[in-house]
Amino acid sequence: MIKHLWTSIRMLVLLGILTVVVYAAVVTGISQLLFPYQANGSLVHYHGRVIGSKLIGQSFTSPKFFDGRPSAAGYNAAASTASNYGPTNPALIKEVQANMAYILKTNPGVKPSQVPVDLVESSDSGLDPDISVAAAYFQAPRVARLNGLPLSSVRHLVATHTVGRFLGMYGNSYVNVLEINLALLHLIHHRS
Amino acid sequence: MSLQTVAVWVVVVGVFLVTLKPLGTYIASVFSFEPTFLDKPLRPLEHGVFRMFGIDPSASMTARQYGVALILTNFAWIVLSYVLLRLQGQLPFNPQHMPAVNPQLAFNTATSFGTNTNWQAYSGENTMSLFSQFGNLEFLQFVTPAVGGTMAIAFIRALSGKKMGNFFVDLVLMCTRVLLPLSVVFAILMVWQGVPETLGAYLHIHTITGSTQVVPRGPMASWEAIEHLGTNGGGFTNANSANPLENPTALSNLFQVIMMGLLPVAFFYTLGVMTGKRKMAWTLISVAGLMYLAIGAMVYFPMELGDPVINALGLHGHIYRVGTELVFGTGGTAAFETSTMSFTTGSVASAHDSALPITQLAYFSAMFLNLVFGGKGVGLLNMLMLVVITVFIMGLMVGRTPEFLGKKIEAREVSLASIAFLLHPFLILVGTALSVALPAGLKGVFNPGPQGFAEILYGITSGAANNGSALGGLGAALPYYEVTIGIITVIGRFASVMAMFLLAESLLKKRSVPASSGTMRTEGILFGGILAGSVVVLNALTFFPVMALGPLAEHYLLLAHHLF
Repeated sequence: MIKHLWTSIRMLVLLGILTVVVYAAVVTGISQLLFPYQANGSLVHYHGRVIGSKLIGQSFTSPKFFDGRPSAAGYNAAASTASNYGPTNPALIKEVQANMAYILKTNPGVKPSQVPVDLVESSDSGLDPDISVAAAYFQAPRVARLNGLPLSSVRHLVATHTVGRFLGMYGNSYVNVLEINLALLHLIHHRS
Repeated sequence: MSLQTVAVWVVVVGVFLVTLKPLGTYIASVFSFEPTFLDKPLRPLEHGVFRMFGIDPSASMTARQYGVALILTNFAWIVLSYVLLRLQGQLPFNPQHMPAVNPQLAFNTATSFGTNTNWQAYSGENTMSLFSQFGNLEFLQFVTPAVGGTMAIAFIRALSGKKMGNFFVDLVLMCTRVLLPLSVVFAILMVWQGVPETLGAYLHIHTITGSTQVVPRGPMASWEAIEHLGTNGGGFTNANSANPLENPTALSNLFQVIMMGLLPVAFFYTLGVMTGKRKMAWTLISVAGLMYLAIGAMVYFPMELGDPVINALGLHGHIYRVGTELVFGTGGTAAFETSTMSFTTGSVASAHDSALPITQLAYFSAMFLNLVFGGKGVGLLNMLMLVVITVFIMGLMVGRTPEFLGKKIEAREVSLASIAFLLHPFLILVGTALSVALPAGLKGVFNPGPQGFAEILYGITSGAANNGSALGGLGAALPYYEVTIGIITVIGRFASVMAMFLLAESLLKKRSVPASSGTMRTEGILFGGILAGSVVVLNALTFFPVMALGPLAEHYLLLAHHLF
């Protein structure tokens, strides 16, 4: 019994070195060498300054920008969370209705049947950086109007920022909200 | 069903089918001490270790010694993990200056990670220091699946009439020959897809809209690899694999699904190789495989049809996206959740509490069965337990003494298998009844109506099945649940294993009976059908009442547009 315990404890130290130190050192070393951009968090720069990670959604409260998905975490990257509302919880329906009301207010003239689901239903992480392609085109007229840009150039922006399904089959095609908003800023600056 | 969904399932099932034979055979070779291709670089290292520790790899333990060594080792790890969590504030590698973890949370975390459950009553990103995450919890994510694997290997050896082997030798080999090589490969694939792998601290960012954001970073890719390969499921952050940092793309999602199933499925084939009963292994793989697909269908179709109440609002499209990440697609999300529940990983890529009732019914079913390939090694043990019970039932039906692999199954074996089987529903139903009866338990409920009941039931079941996922609304951080679920994980992990080890010991002592024309064969469609039938009937009888109170009630109320 005591002998086993003593072996266990020594085993712990040894396996600890192997699985924690050696393993992490090997993987970190190879990753930093092969994929430094991904390994450091897929950082996005703007005017030489880090302004976010491509993987983490941000809150764009001004209707001049493309909106991301509703977030229960308020896009707080250090506290990822879902709303956790169950399907028969009235709070879930209220939340969806409130999101819908906001969309209808900021995009005058649209009907509920035109609103893409991902713009009114919140994500699990609360940090989803993407919206569906339909959701991006849906917002294009508003973004164009509020920024005084021609609709065609905003629609072009969506088209160039659409990422297709992997191999045409896996996952959903999407638009990264942070990247398209940066491109939008770029477009506004170059027009004036 | 959309083309994208079919594509996901074709790849997932295809990869498992292609890998199970070579990987299962490889594992069998390693644990039969036959030559494999990794001998050359690793054997000197391993043998150096054995010499240093005074372990003679050729000296076998008895079933009892093996069990004692296994449980003692595991308990030593749990105690040490607890101590390190309590001392977090004083330990190095704590760039965010996280304070000590409180006693009941430290107890819950140490037991849950020490039992391969990885139930998390905390959010990693704002509770744990880098040392706790990597020095403590990641270590447990490596060694606890290794322990699960040794349980199955030792049991298989006993079934095939060989000696039990040496626990410490098996433990080291499970790490060096199985988990580490696969982890390195998959960790790098994870980084390729965008998971951070850095020793740098969290990033403080000023966004273009003038707000600030703190982005958690660390060696997350190496964490993700072992989290899924070891069917652990403890997330680096609260959102786990829904967090784009942990699971950034549709492809990384697919990799994680594959990582979860690779070893549990291969272990079934290892059984076939080591006992020489490959056909029996295929029968068990088919039974578990069909259940896996059935659970997948139950998870997927509700998402595709949507929530009737939300659909009534008349949006564009009706795919249910509450609590899901867009990029995975419905097929990818469903494949992930089916796998995390079947293989008892417990990481999540969507919010289980917001899932539609029939989807939740599928999650529950997987945890009740606990043998749809199950956790690494442990699912196989559960399946074999049901095989023993099925053989017994068949024997009763035709009036013969039941046999399994040439050994007579008698009163002692059936009693032990029944104890191991009944323990699971006992823990779940008694634990839930207690939590529903006590005000301290009811305080944890977040959603109203049947969903609130489901939250409690799910938490207790997740602990007993060593799954670790949660209906996130449950107040898991309440001391009541931290202590209760902590205790349940330990009993759920070790009590049935002890019964199975005693069963192995008693089988080892028996003389082999040569097979005759009257022997019932434990393979083929007939046996597979009876096994599947027994599994489904026994579980349905046990769990139907609680399902009627939870997800089924929720389902019919939702169809009637009844909210609470």
